[in-house]
Amino acid sequence: MSVVVFAESWNGTFKKGTFEILTYAHDVAKKMDTKCVAITIGEISDDVKVLANYGADKVVSIPNQFDACDNKGLSSALAQIADSEGANIVILSNTNTGKTIGPRVAVKMDASFISNTVDVPSESSPLLVKKKSFSGKAFEMAQSHADKTVIALSPNAYNIMQNNNDSCDFATIDCQVENTNVSSINVEKASGKISLAEAEIVISAGRGLKGPDNWGMIEELADLLSAGTACSKPVSDIGWRPHSEHVGQTGKAIAPNLYIAVGISGAIQHLAGVNSSKVMVAINTDPEAPFFKAADYGIVGDAFEVVPRLIEEIKQFKSSN
Amino acid sequence: MNILVCISNVPDTTSKIEFTSDSTSFLTNGVQFIINPYDEFGLTKAIKLREQHGGKVTVVNFGESTSEPTLRKALAIGADEAIRIDGAPTDSFLVAKELSKVISENNFDLIILGRESIDYNGGAVPAMIAELLDLPFVNACTGLTIEGTEAKMEREIEGGKEFVSSSLPLVIGGQKGLVEESDLLIPNMRGIMTARTKPLAVVECSSSSGKSSSVSFEKPAAKQACKMVEAGQEKELVTLLHKEAKVI
Ligand SMILES: Cc1cc2nc3c(=O)[nH]c(=O)nc-3n(C[C@H](O)[C@H](O)[C@H](O)COP(=O)(O)OP(=O)(O)OC[C@H]3O[C@@H](n4cnc5c(N)ncnc54)[C@H](O)[C@@H]3O)c2cc1C
Ligand SMILES: Nc1ncnc2c1ncn2[C@@H]1O[C@H](COP(=O)(O)O)[C@@H](O)[C@H]1O
Repeated sequence: MSVVVFAESWNGTFKKGTFEILTYAHDVAKKMDTKCVAITIGEISDDVKVLANYGADKVVSIPNQFDACDNKGLSSALAQIADSEGANIVILSNTNTGKTIGPRVAVKMDASFISNTVDVPSESSPLLVKKKSFSGKAFEMAQSHADKTVIALSPNAYNIMQNNNDSCDFATIDCQVENTNVSSINVEKASGKISLAEAEIVISAGRGLKGPDNWGMIEELADLLSAGTACSKPVSDIGWRPHSEHVGQTGKAIAPNLYIAVGISGAIQHLAGVNSSKVMVAINTDPEAPFFKAADYGIVGDAFEVVPRLIEEIKQFKSSN
Repeated sequence: MNILVCISNVPDTTSKIEFTSDSTSFLTNGVQFIINPYDEFGLTKAIKLREQHGGKVTVVNFGESTSEPTLRKALAIGADEAIRIDGAPTDSFLVAKELSKVISENNFDLIILGRESIDYNGGAVPAMIAELLDLPFVNACTGLTIEGTEAKMEREIEGGKEFVSSSLPLVIGGQKGLVEESDLLIPNMRGIMTARTKPLAVVECSSSSGKSSSVSFEKPAAKQACKMVEAGQEKELVTLLHKEAKVI
């Protein structure tokens, strides 16, 4: 038995989500009285020893260069190692990558696949675990009917904790996998932006901002707080902002610690994608805007006055903290 | 081009989500069901590809007879044929296995699914099908063009987008961008009339159990009332976010 984690990296550095799933996997392994094995795939410029700080008992590194898009190669490597480590639980982050390879790994291992989990399993056999459902409008207890389970943990749902493990083993192995016939032509990186899925703070704006030229203050506020930027669906539909910023039931589902919604009415479909945020702030001219029913803090006022003042206050706050 | 669009039958996005009193299942009373929004982009894309390259668009759903109106809607929008695999789609593995069976019994050049179903949010069926059938797979696909037997695609990745190419047949997990919101086709009168006579085949489900199930549901705890801060008092908001909410 073991709990295996896919320590996902991007451009050679481990993602924040990787430390979340490692903390989670460590807790699951402890509960099941077994060990936690982390797998890294590809070229890693970070020191893999850092994985031991979050509770890995063993780190297996596969230096193979898989194409980023080659989900077949990645999942086959992961399933091979998981099987050789006797994994009965495999844990990934519920990111695009996690959702692309997790189900494939599950099929290969004859395991069940449970995504969007928010807590460690409450029972281990049969495995029972809490997950988000209905686009954040509900939670569900999902049960696995297989001996093995692949779990994809929702980003920002589990607090990262250090669990230093001085006796962690490190191994590098070679792994032969078949490649698919999907080939990468080119990658376009979103320049210097914080990835929405992992952002701890998100500043989001809606149609209340009137036009694409008015986003300067949103970006300024986001920069100040090292936040990601998001928008409501109509804003991306009209082309004021890129589709990648669209959050909600039919856009990205996010769960930052702080979500600030500027000029967004708070339609049910919008809230569905953001209501897992720990704290929500609404800024809207309309005191009846539905967002105020969902938010923790609210300001009734004109965004074009409130946001610049907020920017000044944050600057002051930062200089005195 | 022979295209299959897999359609998940889901509650309308405005639905209030309620559960039975024993919390074991979703209450469908009074809930309107729709084509999963991600699949709607895939369906319109499939119809546009048929206009360009000729061929046929088939839609398939694994579900009970209650999902037939959703399939009929897909026919009214412009699909040529529909298949319903009769059963309760309780687990993504079960759904993927049954859909894979239909796919392997036919000759589809392109199999379009959505990135996820907006009800149980599994996000699992597309990748499972690719694995079960050993087909190339592109998830979170936001753009697609076909030239001969090659597909060129754009897909969303964490931190940007990637342009990829693949041979056909191919499985994609699609989303907005395949077509734009404003291009989404809606049924017209003629479509609705002809949809009644288009074939809708019902096939038996061949397996019975999946690998997981939903045991119970709960709704998120009710939020506390929103704390209002006067406009002009943004400093107070910053203090609250720092001292009380501890998020900055
Ligand atoms: C199938 C379906 C799926 C959908 N999925 C999504 C989704 O995923 N995400 C999503 O966001 N929406 C989604 N929607 C759309 C949703 O129903 C709403 O239409 C949308 O969220 C509204 O966007 P908005 O709040 O930016 O615009 P509006 O509803 O136009 O609201 C603008 C708000 O700005 C306020 N305002 C105006 N001027 C100012 C000012 N100067 N300062 C401050 N506030 C101001 C107004 O009072 C108003 O509350 C979906 C709809 C459907 C039918
Ligand atoms: N019961 C179903 N019938 C047909 N297609 C489905 C079904 N369930 C899921 N799908 C397809 O798989 C995609 C992802 O769904 P899921 O993995 O359930 O989140 C959907 O967008 C559909 O294209």
